[in-house]
Amino acid sequence: MPASISADSVGIVSAQQIDFPGPIALLSGRTLPSVRLMYETYGTLNAARSNAVLICHALSGHHHAAGYHSADDDKPGWWDYYIGPGKPIDTNRFFVVSLNNIGGCNGSTGPTSINPETGKAWGADFPRLRVRDWVITQKMLMKALGIDVWAAVVGGSLGGMQAMRWSTKYPDRLRHCVVIASAMKLTAQNIAFNEIARHAITSDPDFHDGHYLEYNTAPRRGLAIARMVGHVTYLSGDAMGQKFGRDLRSGTFDPKSDDGVEFQVGSYLRYQGENFSDRFDANTYLLMTQALDYFDLAREFGDDPVQAFSATACKFLVISFTTDWRFPPERSRELANALISANKAVSYAEIESEYGHDAFLIPIERYKKVFAAYMQSIEV
Amino acid sequence: MRIDLDILQNWIAPQSRVLDLGCGSGSLLSKLAAEKNITGYGIEIDQEKITRCIERRVNVIEQDLDAGLKNFADGSFDTVVMSQTLQAVRYPHLVLDEMLRVGRECIVSFPNFGHWRSRFYLALRGHMPVSEFMPYTWYDTPNIHFCTVDDFEDFCRERNIRILNRRYVTGGRDDNALSVRWPNMLAETAVYRLAR
Repeated sequence: MPASISADSVGIVSAQQIDFPGPIALLSGRTLPSVRLMYETYGTLNAARSNAVLICHALSGHHHAAGYHSADDDKPGWWDYYIGPGKPIDTNRFFVVSLNNIGGCNGSTGPTSINPETGKAWGADFPRLRVRDWVITQKMLMKALGIDVWAAVVGGSLGGMQAMRWSTKYPDRLRHCVVIASAMKLTAQNIAFNEIARHAITSDPDFHDGHYLEYNTAPRRGLAIARMVGHVTYLSGDAMGQKFGRDLRSGTFDPKSDDGVEFQVGSYLRYQGENFSDRFDANTYLLMTQALDYFDLAREFGDDPVQAFSATACKFLVISFTTDWRFPPERSRELANALISANKAVSYAEIESEYGHDAFLIPIERYKKVFAAYMQSIEV
Repeated sequence: MRIDLDILQNWIAPQSRVLDLGCGSGSLLSKLAAEKNITGYGIEIDQEKITRCIERRVNVIEQDLDAGLKNFADGSFDTVVMSQTLQAVRYPHLVLDEMLRVGRECIVSFPNFGHWRSRFYLALRGHMPVSEFMPYTWYDTPNIHFCTVDDFEDFCRERNIRILNRRYVTGGRDDNALSVRWPNMLAETAVYRLAR
């Protein structure tokens, strides 16, 4: 449990759920009979309803972005460093909305939910999703909360893609768009890593074509490997080197010993993988990585990002991190350049960090300053 | 507002698209946005200044000028400004080429190293000039390419750069009769409006 909840925490929070009757049309042409969204809010919606900020989560995120669910919680929400009173997303000024996207495995309608048509869990039958499906369902939540225009839509990585899509799909529904460590589309290398992750899951004997829940099992080994691969790509080589070096957890290189050794980095990765497969659903992992791969901001704008942004009406902040090789600064510069060519308001900062892609979740002094300065500049 | 910034503002048309290289804390762009409704972007590498720009709602792009402007299309700005930065870049001639490619017009201001005080300082004391407007010592100065008004005039002639306007600042004031007559000796700061 937290020794004490600090003054800059949103404190104890609780998740809420909201149900939308269907059918809800998805981009794939399929429909969901109904949709449940889990969400949390922090701060207070002002009388003018002009201070609402939407947080879009990344691959393995969920609605619990800040604060604690109970005094016994050992860890706060996933973006607690950046959301709270006096923090960059200042809950003294903003009303923050954070949800678990559909397809997720934290209570929102997803592969582990019951398909009312069959009475069984959706599993592999859950429709394939696109980033736009998330944006459309986020807009349903927006309406239900009585918000007409977001002060800002904010997201890192896959969350940044959702923020960008908001700007092109509902240009008059957001005033600011904050895109952190993201890209307008993935590269072949990036897709390749996701393919390895998916193959690890689908080749696990416990996968059962995605219907593992019916067999009361789960492709835990496959999901763990998927997470291990992902985790390596979210860190920088230097950060791993500093954290683990070539330290051994067990064994020895002494001559006349034929015993193997276990490196600290290996033990750490296995722990991360197993821990993740305890709490995450493999079908959700497949859906999320597919949505990442499919996303291409400019696909239906003649592959021209300038065209894609031409109808947007909000201001943009773009942030990247120097050692992020999964979503490198070059991708963010492309985004900023497209916005400049489209004559849109944009600022771009390249934050020096050793933490790779994970930097967007980690407290970094300059990142905090830039992020806070931008959020402070937003009128509410 | 520095006097050279006051001068160059008059050369920027309302509603135009402006790129400010080495925009500092964004004071010029902020003023132009308020008074002339321009669309502007600043380029800066200093972290604190970038944050200042963001605070005052100036669009700022973190980018190293020495790496060029290849991310900006030909003629994509009405005016490209570079105030008091020319002397600090690695290759001033290449940066000017890039400015003239990206902007229909360019405005450059720089400290005149030919000013009499610099000349006397070096001639009489035998040391690199240190003054109120060139406050650095030789080893820690960001200013690695000082030039004189005459150097710059020669440079524009050799490279076929058209000089649309020129103004000289002396004693914190705009042109006076003497500095117009002998700018290379009397101007502290020179401000040029250029085009291809």
